[in-house]
Amino acid sequence: MSSLALALADGAVVAKRNLIKITRVPEVLIWTTMSPIMFVLLFAYVFGGSIEIAGADYKEYLMAGIFAQTVIFGSTFTGAGLAEDMTKGIIDRFRSLPISKAAVLIGRTGSDIFYNAISIAVMSLTGLAVGWRIRTSLAEAIAGLLLLLLFSYAVSWIMAYVGLKVSSVEVVNNASFMFIMPLVFIANTFVPSDNLPGPLRTFAEWNPISALAQAVRELFGNTGSNPPADVWSLQNPVLYTLISVAAILAVFVPLSIRQYGKAAAR
Amino acid sequence: MIRTSGLVKRYGDVVALDGLDLLVPQGEVLGLLGPNGAGKTTAVRILTTLLEADSGEAEVAGLNVQTQPEKVKERIGLSGQNAAIDEHLTGFENLDMVGRMYHLGRRRSRERARELLERFSLTDAGDRPAKTYSGGMRRRLDLAAALVAEPQVLFLDEPTTGLDPRSRSQMWETIQDLVRGGSTVLLTTQYMEEADQLCDDIVVIDKGRKIAEGTADQLKKQVGGERIEVVLVDLADLPAAGAVLRSLAVDEVQIDEPSRRLTAGVSGGVDDLRLVLQGLSEAGVAVVDVGLRRPTLDDVFLSLTGHHTEEEEPAAGDAKPGKGAKVKDTKKEAVR
Repeated sequence: MSSLALALADGAVVAKRNLIKITRVPEVLIWTTMSPIMFVLLFAYVFGGSIEIAGADYKEYLMAGIFAQTVIFGSTFTGAGLAEDMTKGIIDRFRSLPISKAAVLIGRTGSDIFYNAISIAVMSLTGLAVGWRIRTSLAEAIAGLLLLLLFSYAVSWIMAYVGLKVSSVEVVNNASFMFIMPLVFIANTFVPSDNLPGPLRTFAEWNPISALAQAVRELFGNTGSNPPADVWSLQNPVLYTLISVAAILAVFVPLSIRQYGKAAAR
Repeated sequence: MIRTSGLVKRYGDVVALDGLDLLVPQGEVLGLLGPNGAGKTTAVRILTTLLEADSGEAEVAGLNVQTQPEKVKERIGLSGQNAAIDEHLTGFENLDMVGRMYHLGRRRSRERARELLERFSLTDAGDRPAKTYSGGMRRRLDLAAALVAEPQVLFLDEPTTGLDPRSRSQMWETIQDLVRGGSTVLLTTQYMEEADQLCDDIVVIDKGRKIAEGTADQLKKQVGGERIEVVLVDLADLPAAGAVLRSLAVDEVQIDEPSRRLTAGVSGGVDDLRLVLQGLSEAGVAVVDVGLRRPTLDDVFLSLTGHHTEEEEPAAGDAKPGKGAKVKDTKKEAVR
């Protein structure tokens, strides 16, 4: 077997183990899907009535942002899961077995796609219930959902690195919160980036999360008559998102695998 | 089957292993005996490819651990001091997963999992999440996981630390069955008695260095075997009590006046104890306490190094082992 095939086969064994865990501790899944529901309702009803966006319906504009935010928060699951495995010593067991060095990470990031798919589904239903509509073709809508999953998969690899690097589940959650919040908010997720002051505006325009939200917004047909900001990243959001995904994976896949090799149980 | 020479591992300023040489022939059980922080776990982690040595050579099953770690992993089984099983999976699922990771294939992995559950008396619990298992059951499952691929060499890192006495003796029986089958085993322990029960040969290590080697009997002889200890009510009885002990002692009777304590090495075990009691009552000597003491790890240490296990220098004793101890505590909490 080639080493990639071996890594995928071993990864599947790890992923199966992670998915079995969902059936044993379903509470985790329930709470993971509750927070997107909460966000949709909060933004739709608290901010929805007060924020006006020229040329678009705010509730529809907002959904892409909440989708982006949720899949990014969902990816912290990867880091928390790995940190937990480290503290419980199971990583030592895995490392003493003749499996591919990438297997545990491939399995973990792979099974976390499932979590994100579920939260996207729940979020879509909640969105439909509060009046969000897809105004494009089915193919474009599916492309939008796949783009979200792909981006969250890439962010999972960043979180995998964090999870292997830091000492505990709590630290993973708090540390990633500190980085994710600004990244998600200094973007065009919830408000158009045009209104932000100078440097923040530039940051928001080139923030891959803006591109993701913009891409999803366009694929769902929720942009209204509001033209995107006049920068390359937001004029070509799908392409820019794909480039970001490739860049993140190119850096963090090897980095995380190396960290896994070094990781000692704590 | 296991051979190391001049193994060195440092954590910052702390030397965990300081030129360790080990040799375990095929089919033998070697006990690595030492207190917390002596370097036992570090040695196991290096031999099981989890950690790289700073210098020195290590060979397992004829393979160099540093240059062929992937091949070594196929031939070894590791059962750690912190039962490394997934508590959300059932016993069966844990073993099946490990089988798949040894690439036994779907069918063989399942068969093997059932076989091992049967062998370790876990069949009834096999389809319950491991979370519901007792400490002893978890250790057995962890040991079963180490045996999935019928490894040529087995590493047991403190297999009974933290177990209650009943689970400990069960675990000993399990391991004894295993070694009768001719496995090559490296076992680490803090308990002299455990090494005595399970091992062909014992290497005593302290601060990453080998300080003694031999069979349990050889070591005990070196330490002085069993001792009888008498604590007097009145110091005035000292000469009379000393005479009673001297009649049976195999060495000098040691007298500690402040604590009114006399100790002497004996060779006759409980029979000698009975004779001492008889002799003392005939001489009209009143005692607070009389007892037969078997040599403990601490005695081994005292006689080999001149210091107690607890009297290690804080720097050497605390840095890495301190960390280890902390980890153990948190894990115990997690288990509860």
